[in-house]
Amino acid sequence: MVLINKNTKVIVQGITGHQGSFHTGEMLKFGTKVVAGIAPGKGGTKFADKVPIVNSVAEAMQFEPDATMISVPAPYVKDAAYEAIDNGLKIVYILTEHVPYQDTMEIVREASLRGITVLGPNGPGITVPFESKIGIMPNHIFKEGDVAIASRSGTLTYEIVYAVTKAGMGESTVIGLGGDRVVGLTFIDVLKMFEKDEKTKRIVLVGEIGGNNEELAADYIKKHIKKKVVAYIAGRSAPPGKRMGHAGAIIERGVGTAESKLKAFAEAGVKVADYPQDIPKLLEE
Amino acid sequence: MNLYEYMGKDIFRQYGIPVPNGYVVSSVDEVRKLTNPVAVKSQILLGGRGKAGGIKFAKTDQELRDAVKALLGTKVRNLTVTKVLIEDMLSIKHEYYVSIALNRSARSPTVIASAMGGVEIETVPDEKIFKRIIDPSLGYSDFIGREASTFMGLSPDLSKQFLDLLKKLYNVYRGEDAELVEINPLVETNDGKLIAADAKVVIDSDAMFRHREFNIQDPEKTPLELKAEGKGYAFVELDGDIGVIANGAGLTMATLDALLLHKGKPRNFLDLGGTDNVDIVVNAFDLVLEAKPKAILVNIFGGVTKCDTVAQGIVDAKKKFNIKIPIVVRLSGVHEEEGRQILKENGIEAFSEMMPAIERVTKVF
Repeated sequence: MVLINKNTKVIVQGITGHQGSFHTGEMLKFGTKVVAGIAPGKGGTKFADKVPIVNSVAEAMQFEPDATMISVPAPYVKDAAYEAIDNGLKIVYILTEHVPYQDTMEIVREASLRGITVLGPNGPGITVPFESKIGIMPNHIFKEGDVAIASRSGTLTYEIVYAVTKAGMGESTVIGLGGDRVVGLTFIDVLKMFEKDEKTKRIVLVGEIGGNNEELAADYIKKHIKKKVVAYIAGRSAPPGKRMGHAGAIIERGVGTAESKLKAFAEAGVKVADYPQDIPKLLEE
Repeated sequence: MNLYEYMGKDIFRQYGIPVPNGYVVSSVDEVRKLTNPVAVKSQILLGGRGKAGGIKFAKTDQELRDAVKALLGTKVRNLTVTKVLIEDMLSIKHEYYVSIALNRSARSPTVIASAMGGVEIETVPDEKIFKRIIDPSLGYSDFIGREASTFMGLSPDLSKQFLDLLKKLYNVYRGEDAELVEINPLVETNDGKLIAADAKVVIDSDAMFRHREFNIQDPEKTPLELKAEGKGYAFVELDGDIGVIANGAGLTMATLDALLLHKGKPRNFLDLGGTDNVDIVVNAFDLVLEAKPKAILVNIFGGVTKCDTVAQGIVDAKKKFNIKIPIVVRLSGVHEEEGRQILKENGIEAFSEMMPAIERVTKVF
């Protein structure tokens, strides 16, 4: 397992919002230790009759949290993330989409200077079956196993997790990096964690067009990764210059094409599936 | 969001970056009396404007009026010119290049500068380009400008001006939430002044909530894409014949890719997002139908998006828009049984796996 386990204590910033409350409920069902929720002005009440709601992260520190899920509107994300960073939380997961990228740039830099991990923005979070989950991945798709998955998207990740589970394998850790141009973790960051993780035997990278995260990862795999890695790249059919749903999924000035990523993985000996459903087959080869 | 040159120069002026004296007109009646020779520049959001005949020069009042008349209303690569910028001509001694832009892999801004300006920076050899990452937590500091001006071989006087300008350019980059601020060419005039002869400013559209309204239509977007934007869908028009509705950007891309590998041609990209609302599905059909596809493929992996909600949306859309073209649906995940049951009762084909649905939709017309 990577980053979190069954003892990880989680707070939710924005617990009373539509998304925050729904996903906190799902995390509790999954077994996540949600120790408090933050909703300024609503301190003293409870979420689902059991999780205490407080006014600030500082107040929530009495519950000794390790991680936070931030689910507040985009204009307030930087403030919420700084509040979490300043209070010394070790994992800051940002669910929110449409965060100005310069805000993320500062959040990620300030976090890295303090050894804090940022997940997202605009990603599904992290799940370690059946230890803990921070984020929004559907509970029913997981099975415990040795396949670690890292991805730049949400639904496509669930599709691949589900395919792996149905094929009789299971997952050690699933991490969503986020669909934005600037996010907290790179594929290289998670490859390092997966390579060290005893539970992980095989690795799946789910990339997409835009940027050169996959190319850098391919080079790193060639030099440093001993475990089996397979991949999927979304966006082979995407025209240049068009943003394909994710802020980060865009081919700009010739950079970020699917061809370039496929080539990089081929050179690193990483097999790339044509269809998401082919991932289990590649893992078993 | 890409700003027009004149808007970029207005911003530069506010931040104290020197730009040529000038004004914008949208009709020939607004043209003022000439005092200096001027450049008359079409305001369009595409590169290659000069080569396409979008810039003219004038030395007399008559020439100026003729130039404005000639440019207004013309089409430059499909875009109609509605505004022209009239600017004092600069006496050019040398042209430089400078920009600050997001460097995705460094997750930081990067300063790019070169003594070879006035041409596309992509055509300048690497060894003539200064590149330096700015630490987002330290921000810009003069040492970066000193490194750049040493690299470009600027004289002490130009270097002083350049340092001042770069600091202000960084202020624009941060202050306006830019993705790119670019001056090309940055002109050194015969009397030794640095002036921004052009301005390219691209603003992060996610940061609009803290900035003025620009009200610019993206020239790269089709009318249908603009309509979709207003409705809150991530939508891209493509040139095939199979309409696509899926949930999640990654899965939608994967659906298009799978279609292409099966010799099917997608008409569009439409990501429903995480939704549990029947109307959002119905409105998505409305949009896709406008693109006149020959069939529609719906590919849903249910989580937050419930399969039965989507199924109900499909049935409602079919009735509301009297859809006659084939609809092929794949539903997997939360409430998939209920969803497929709803579709079956209404005579719509539903699969639980993605690949059979892909194969089917490429064979239904």
